[in-house]
Amino acid sequence: MRRVAVIGVGCSKFGVRNDVNVAELAFEAFKPSIEDAGISPADIEFVAVGSVGAGAWYEELLPAVVFAEYCGLTGAGLVRCEAACASGSAAFATAYWAVASGQADVATALGVEKMREIDTPTVMEWIGRAGHYLWEFHNFGMTFPAYYALYATAHMAKFGTTEEDLALVAVKNHKYASMNPIAHLQNRISVDDVLSSSIVAAPLKLYDCCPVSDGAASIILASEEKVKELKIDTPIWVAGVGYASGTANISKRLDYLGLEASVLASQKAYKMAKVTPEQLDVAVVHDCFTIAEIMAYEDIGLCKKGEGAKLIREGQTEIGGKIPVNVDGGLKAKGHPIGATGCSMIYELTKQLREEVAEKGRQASMKNYIALAHNVGGTGHYCYVIILRR
Amino acid sequence: MATMPHIKSREIKVVQDIPISKTLPFWEGIKQGKILATKCKKCGKLYFPPVADCSKCFSSNMEWIELSREATIETFTHVVVRPRSFQQEKPYTVAIGKLQEGLRVLAWLTGFKLSEIKVGMKAKLVAKITHEGEPTYEFTRPE
Ligand SMILES: [Zn+2]
Repeated sequence: MRRVAVIGVGCSKFGVRNDVNVAELAFEAFKPSIEDAGISPADIEFVAVGSVGAGAWYEELLPAVVFAEYCGLTGAGLVRCEAACASGSAAFATAYWAVASGQADVATALGVEKMREIDTPTVMEWIGRAGHYLWEFHNFGMTFPAYYALYATAHMAKFGTTEEDLALVAVKNHKYASMNPIAHLQNRISVDDVLSSSIVAAPLKLYDCCPVSDGAASIILASEEKVKELKIDTPIWVAGVGYASGTANISKRLDYLGLEASVLASQKAYKMAKVTPEQLDVAVVHDCFTIAEIMAYEDIGLCKKGEGAKLIREGQTEIGGKIPVNVDGGLKAKGHPIGATGCSMIYELTKQLREEVAEKGRQASMKNYIALAHNVGGTGHYCYVIILRR
Repeated sequence: MATMPHIKSREIKVVQDIPISKTLPFWEGIKQGKILATKCKKCGKLYFPPVADCSKCFSSNMEWIELSREATIETFTHVVVRPRSFQQEKPYTVAIGKLQEGLRVLAWLTGFKLSEIKVGMKAKLVAKITHEGEPTYEFTRPE
């Protein structure tokens, strides 16, 4: 396998994007990514598209071909990757494998999702069907917040994690989103705002949940030879790629205290990258709900099992703390356009590792120049962990 | 939805016919008040939800077993914001309970006040027909 680097990144503004159709949204991310890399669409041999809602919350059934045509990529190898909320990371991994294997010298991972073309109860319906339809949705109406609420209830009962601890995650992520011009939610909030917001699926309240967003992100990957040929001055190397899956039926999980897929995927990524959690300078983790971020701290080894709440209470995951997490606002406040999220995580980490984050107070300080992205699909159904190194 | 200029897509209504011929005894059992699981005759693995094929040893030689009723609640949530097809329902509580056989079941939990529900408490698993006439099962208060 060859060494592979991220050489260009682009990200659209996240939010309610009724001003653009899905292909125009993809273009908003793709154009800056090729400008960043200094290449043209003709240089790209393979395109992996991350998208989930084809035919459900947006109208295209085969979106990859529509994006490829709109972005001038017709002719390149093309595939759509679906790994629920980790689809962007699945696309990133697929593009990585294309380059690492020698099949392509330059490949693109393009994550796109348009979720706001239909009403919210219908979005809740589609995402609720993301477990095992017949056994969890048909008679029981499980929603996505409800799935994570099951984990929150169990985590609180076992470890004494409180609703205030969950709220602190939202407060932190909104703080950083308020500094991030592409974030969906840019309002700062307090613990009381979270605690007094309406119940969605107890114990999770409105401000414990990420918004339903539109957005796109594009990542250009290249082989080491191509990096030299193109004279890329700050290649960001893909050091580790880890992946795992969990059961479709949530009733078959080991427990409700963490996600087994996250543990397995992160161990694989650390092993491949030959790094330990202590070496990370910055991380982005899957915080679709506040409890998800606390479990992620534990599952990827930023702290011991059961100590995630302590980490957020002590402010260790803010800039200046032990390990800054989700300083782009996270899914919680930057937004979670499902298929785009994984690519937008790589966008943020690339900017962080290049020390290019323009906004004051949002650049993490770099010591080892190592960063980690943790992207969960469904409720632990899929997990991808990517480690990048400058 | 859109506040910006837009064109409405053509409408499509989708209803799938989900095959249940291989798990039919389960759905028939509910009507007789029973909740059935399958057990692999070759390796002995017990399955709920019931399955026709064993993912452990790949045998398709399964037998039907009636499950115990007593469950210990491992976790739960109260769903207030409901999906499109549950809009007509009142907010509902969903729980995961572990049965004596070691299997877990996800189902609605009824017959308790929300403030009474605790992780570790006992509940009874019962077969039921919904008000729409569909077979289902629920956790409820033990007698
Ligand atoms: Zn078997």
